[in-house]
Amino acid sequence: MSKPILQVSDLCIDFVLEDRTIEAVRGASFELAAGETLAIVGESGSGKSVTALALTRLLPVPPAVIKRGEILFDGQNVFTMDAAQLRKLRGGRIAYIFQEPSTSLNPVFTVSSQIAEAIRLHRPDVTDVDAEVIRWLDAVGIVDAAKRMNDYPHQLSGGMQQRVMIAMALACQPDVLVADEPTTALDVTIQAQIMELLASLKEKFGMAVILITHNFGIVSGFASRVLVMYRGKIVEQGLTEEVLRHPQHAYTRALIDCIPRLDSNEKRLKTIDHAALADA
Amino acid sequence: MITAAPESIEAAAPSAPGLRAWRRFRANKVGVAALAIVVVLAAVALTFFVLDRMGIPFPRDPDATDLERKLLSPNAVNWLGTDNLGRDVLSRILNGAYISLTVGFVAVFVSLSIGVVVGAISGYFGKWVDNVIMRVVDALMCFPSFFLILTAVALLGPSILNIIVVIGLVSWTGTARLVRAEFLTLRESSYVQAARALGQKSWKIIFRHILPNAAAPIVVTAVLGVPEAILAEAGLSFLGFGVQPPQATWGNIIADGKTYILDAWWLILFPGLAILVAALSFYLTGDALRQAVETRSERQ
Repeated sequence: MSKPILQVSDLCIDFVLEDRTIEAVRGASFELAAGETLAIVGESGSGKSVTALALTRLLPVPPAVIKRGEILFDGQNVFTMDAAQLRKLRGGRIAYIFQEPSTSLNPVFTVSSQIAEAIRLHRPDVTDVDAEVIRWLDAVGIVDAAKRMNDYPHQLSGGMQQRVMIAMALACQPDVLVADEPTTALDVTIQAQIMELLASLKEKFGMAVILITHNFGIVSGFASRVLVMYRGKIVEQGLTEEVLRHPQHAYTRALIDCIPRLDSNEKRLKTIDHAALADA
Repeated sequence: MITAAPESIEAAAPSAPGLRAWRRFRANKVGVAALAIVVVLAAVALTFFVLDRMGIPFPRDPDATDLERKLLSPNAVNWLGTDNLGRDVLSRILNGAYISLTVGFVAVFVSLSIGVVVGAISGYFGKWVDNVIMRVVDALMCFPSFFLILTAVALLGPSILNIIVVIGLVSWTGTARLVRAEFLTLRESSYVQAARALGQKSWKIIFRHILPNAAAPIVVTAVLGVPEAILAEAGLSFLGFGVQPPQATWGNIIADGKTYILDAWWLILFPGLAILVAALSFYLTGDALRQAVETRSERQ
């Protein structure tokens, strides 16, 4: 494996509220190699999104407090970067795709103007921005890109909106693409299309991908390595096949069991018994 | 079924948000009528301003006195009568229109510029910045604005420029509050998060991403702010702190005429009607505009 592009060590993030402090991330350490696909799996509130946002210091401080830890991107400490360096990092080196495509696009601008903005921001050398916009819309599989680029977000379906978000993220040619639950807001058939698209784009452009999800079902075919988070801690990490086949931690097992199977005789869907896990 | 008719759906929902608001506005008859009056008023004001500058007094010279023809009731020559110095009331009202409208528009422009910037900064950055700015706004709002304007104009001297600047400087607080409230909601939206994740600068996020989404309520306050400024100027002129004679404004025509209220009703009625029509049509336009842009579900 090539040298890690991203190293997170002992990351601890608290949310300090008026009456209490929530330990959102408790000592997370992991590495990401250039071009690698890593899935971070966990339920809501397990700290996976917070970890992802922390990578480029997107967390609002306060209430968030980075208590300990270090994030090295390409050997540089993210926590000591100044505002200008951070702006270059965000989008330019580490790009995000968020959960809800319909609200992640600004409703009052056409999609082309939003993608063009991203390109102008991080690739000032591009002269024919329109052509570049069309190229990326084509790349994410939007039919008749030259015409659709002048659409407003509300004129696109959810799946197409997410494709636009992906085009916007990739147009900056980042080293790492963070996809934070990219398919949660989409229906199942579109989910599969988007995951396929991400996989093929990854193949084509070779960026590293961090896929954040609560759904083990979409991890297996996509990520080479998986990292399971529970209550702010990384409880298990390893190769996807290994983890799926021989989960070591009780929570991982519980998560995998939650995926409904057609061939099982279970009458009820499995749920996670948190009380039992807390004792384990 | 849905795949069968995408063209017609698109035709029914024009793309740009402004265009859709305009379609809804056009359906509102009162609003369209009010807007038409506003446009006519603006055209009249502009025409008579230009005629005046070109030295073509029309229908007659608003400042020419003729003591032999003083205090005449409306007649064939002076359609709206004459005042105590024999000046033609119609000419004076038409000539004063541009002062009233200029004060209205420019004062709103001043107050909007301040209010939008201050409110945007306050709402976007939040925390102590917001606290400091909002306490200043609270303090300013404690003063009854008209008396604040009156005092300031009295101290600075009653030139048109002073009146505009003072009205603008005093009336931005409401806009600031409104813009701040919009920003508080909008800054949490995903597309702002996405813009930050893209590495966009704060001021660009504020003015490029958030402000256009807050445009609808801002435009509405702006239009509703115009009659406020017109009335403030009329009030100042009525009290003698407004634009100074001989320049006619709607407020000072009434002020001059109030002594003769029992003998010459036309001196009060016609400029009063002018103020009423102007203010009312701006209010109604603003109200119709508010209804047209308020369908928030469309902006999601």
